[in-house]
Amino acid sequence: MSEAIPTSPHVGLFVTCLVDLTRPSVGFATLKLLELAGCQVSVPVMQTCCGQPAYNSGDRSDTRDIAKQVIETFEEFDYIVAPSGSCGGMISHHYLDLFKDDDTWEKRAKNLANKTFELIVFLSDVIKTNKINGQCKTTATYHDSCSGLRELSIKDQPREFLKNINGLKLVEGKKSEVCCGFGGLFCVKYPDISEKMLDEKVDDILQTETEMVLGGDLGCLMNIAGRLTRRGSEKEVRHIAEVLADMTHGPGIAAPEKTEA
Amino acid sequence: MNDSRDEILAKIRTSRSGPYVVRNELGTIEDRLKNHPRNVVPARGDGLPEEQITKFKAEAELVNATVTRVSSNIDIPKEIAKYLADNNLPSRIKHAPSLEHLDWSTTLMEVCHGIGEATDEVCVTTAYAGVAETGTIVTYSDQQNPTTLNFLPPVHIAVLNAVDITGSYEDVWTKLRADLGSKDQSVNFIPRTVNMITGPSRTGDIQQTLLLGIHGPQRLHIVIVDEKTP
Amino acid sequence: MEMKTTTFKENARTAIADETLQIELDRLSFGFPEKRKKAVDRMPEFEQLREQARDIKNHVLANLDLYLENYEDRVEKHGGQVHWCRDAKAAREQILKICKAADAKTVTKSKSMIGEEIFINDFLAKNGIEPIETDLGEYIIQLRGEPPSHIIAPAIHVSKAQVEDAFRRVHTDLPADRNLEDPAALLQEARGQLRNKFLQADVGLTGANMLVAETGSNVLVTNEGNADLTYALPRVHIVIASIEKIVPTLEDASTILRVLARSATGQDMSVYTTFCTGPKRFEDPDGPEEYHVILLDNGRTDLLGSEFEEILRCIRCSACLNHCPIYKAIGGHAYGWVYPGPMGAVLTPGLIGMEDASDLPNASTLCGKCESVCPMGIPLPKLLRSWRTRHFEAKPTRSLGQITLKFWAWLAKRPKLYHKVNGLIIATLGALGRRKGRIKWIPFASGWTSKRDFPAPMGNTFIQQYHKGARGDTSGRRLREVKK
Repeated sequence: MSEAIPTSPHVGLFVTCLVDLTRPSVGFATLKLLELAGCQVSVPVMQTCCGQPAYNSGDRSDTRDIAKQVIETFEEFDYIVAPSGSCGGMISHHYLDLFKDDDTWEKRAKNLANKTFELIVFLSDVIKTNKINGQCKTTATYHDSCSGLRELSIKDQPREFLKNINGLKLVEGKKSEVCCGFGGLFCVKYPDISEKMLDEKVDDILQTETEMVLGGDLGCLMNIAGRLTRRGSEKEVRHIAEVLADMTHGPGIAAPEKTEA
Repeated sequence: MNDSRDEILAKIRTSRSGPYVVRNELGTIEDRLKNHPRNVVPARGDGLPEEQITKFKAEAELVNATVTRVSSNIDIPKEIAKYLADNNLPSRIKHAPSLEHLDWSTTLMEVCHGIGEATDEVCVTTAYAGVAETGTIVTYSDQQNPTTLNFLPPVHIAVLNAVDITGSYEDVWTKLRADLGSKDQSVNFIPRTVNMITGPSRTGDIQQTLLLGIHGPQRLHIVIVDEKTP
Repeated sequence: MEMKTTTFKENARTAIADETLQIELDRLSFGFPEKRKKAVDRMPEFEQLREQARDIKNHVLANLDLYLENYEDRVEKHGGQVHWCRDAKAAREQILKICKAADAKTVTKSKSMIGEEIFINDFLAKNGIEPIETDLGEYIIQLRGEPPSHIIAPAIHVSKAQVEDAFRRVHTDLPADRNLEDPAALLQEARGQLRNKFLQADVGLTGANMLVAETGSNVLVTNEGNADLTYALPRVHIVIASIEKIVPTLEDASTILRVLARSATGQDMSVYTTFCTGPKRFEDPDGPEEYHVILLDNGRTDLLGSEFEEILRCIRCSACLNHCPIYKAIGGHAYGWVYPGPMGAVLTPGLIGMEDASDLPNASTLCGKCESVCPMGIPLPKLLRSWRTRHFEAKPTRSLGQITLKFWAWLAKRPKLYHKVNGLIIATLGALGRRKGRIKWIPFASGWTSKRDFPAPMGNTFIQQYHKGARGDTSGRRLREVKK
């Protein structure tokens, strides 16, 4: 980013459909992190989904419509931030591909793409916050989601942030970079292959003998958490934002409600 | 047959106006064919001649070849006899006609020359060049150098002049063009067969285990000679 | 070979249940990537080489007609013949014609994917000519009557014990008490058997890793040396290659060689790299008397100029297979046709049609590992997605999954309704599963719940809570509401 960063940038939070619907706590954690970093955050109600399911199933025309809606809703903000490499990558990398023969929309898509970031990248590489210093006495392993890792080069940033979390010890899995077998619709369309991939992921996670699994994409985390519980493991699965925002007192993904003490 | 040729070429030409054609960014084809520009050449093979020899040897040994060095042509037969004796290998060799000038009578080996045959046990050939980058030897076919000698026997010994060790494959092409090029260089310089050989034959096809010597030689021994063969 | 692309899901299930196969796939996915990484780390210029390799091939594709003409001219000047073939059938017939003219009884073959693509072995055998695969892996699967399951390691799915079984069944002169426990003993057995075949063959049939326009040469890359015995010993050498195998010069070939072996096996250079140009020269003491090149189109010209053109840069190194978690889960046979893995999932629909191959581009998480290791920079996930688009746009009938997706998209375009409908669903699912945190079975979502629990939603959506003024459990300062 060559441009100067506004002192209190106005960020549009694209919360993502999975966070919105299944795990609002990640949304609140994101909000807190962005505010701590000095941003003014807004959450437009007009947001729904980034269009990735339609895009990856070949439905260009619906994807275009949804993309236009996202562009219209978010283009006025200084930045757009999503707690997901997959949705962030969709907006910052794939929207451009949709408007090859429409100059006006291509321009608007490009404008949006240039200021859309995945949460961790935004905090680490754009706003360069030094306000992360939570507490979490645990051992954790980190799963690198595919789009985050390979489209957005998210690898060191989350690990650097986790070093600032008091009491947290990170143990790397041997296959942290291997796909968990989620793949959106893939996991329901090819359940056997997905299961096989997922079991390898879960085996690798279990091998780390950590108490917690962290990641930056809720899709992967729900996939992993659902298999862990199905296999009888009680490992705590969380979005990294919850840990960085020091908001880990609620149950982990797919974990039972904590009984009141 | 001609119909197919014309159809294929016509289809290619039509497709070149398609929306996804990647435009030509490397100049015209005439220019490329005539000047055969070098692309990125790894620095790994660079160095003074002595450094290149050292590098060549190290790389060849990494891929299971063995390398020795002698100072003059006179030493070649003795070195080969010694290598065979040391490794309990048969002392019957067949060498390429290109090595007839050597005085093979200084050893007790049974020596003949000719093309490769099923019964060959040890063949000795001349390497045209060595490539330091990967420890590769380069040979080519002509009257003096039958191709089959490089592949049929279980033991292949290659004689390589130290001065012929180059840095890269590109250096070999340059040398080959200079040595064999006629006026119409791009057409006629290339021999029927050019072989780059990097270590002895191997396979991983049985349970992904590395095994040497499946179809080609199981051993590749390279004799580097300091004195240039006349 | 039977086409089995339409039973992809079943093939995958069978493969996942095949324990022997799974052991070999584990070995593969550990071995090749690690070796590749070591080789790449040892080559600081690797990224530059990749970019140049990509540019060279793009340049070739942009000028393919001109380079092909130049190549043909050079082959002919060196006394070889070029046979242009539009499709597999034409190629098979041309090969048979050459074999018959040579009065061939046996043909030795060094591994060629084009050979697989045109099913040349079956065709020759039907016409009374014995084809003999000489690459050890290909030989093993030929004995077993199977197609290859990997491009560079065709018998990757076969265990050592299965190799021994195949040898004992076919090599009738093999004494029953001969110990073949050691892989080296199996190697000696194969070497001995194939040695005779090499010496007796009338025709040698090879593929080509590249065709060099500058010289009219074909490039052969092997580790075993089988290609060299295949072209050097018989009287006739036939090269089968598809039209996109062209590279301009020897220098360009060298650049591609540098990325090929590193990406394939993790070697810096394969053991044998050979440039063959025409038949033996007058003065040569050995080499073939005839030299033929079968130049095959078989669908490539349809891909040129289309959104799939970039797959024509592929050099068949197998890096995408070796690194693909899907390939690792199911192996090569499950893909059901000649080319497996990510490159196969892109190329196959182009060659046999999307109707029969629709599972291949869909059975991918688009994780992007393949693109990250492709030496030719082929954007494989993008091309897989392009097939999905083509398929979606061409197909009027919709599966249940597609209807669901369509509904989701319809809803996503109506934010107010979206939040209402989803709010209700989420509240229901939340109420059902919140206590336990998970739901074991959801109707219409059995694809998910048959394999894993569904993490229960928290109950209210983020947007609902946020706009009611909730801040989660954060103590962050209150911010100005900005509503759009």
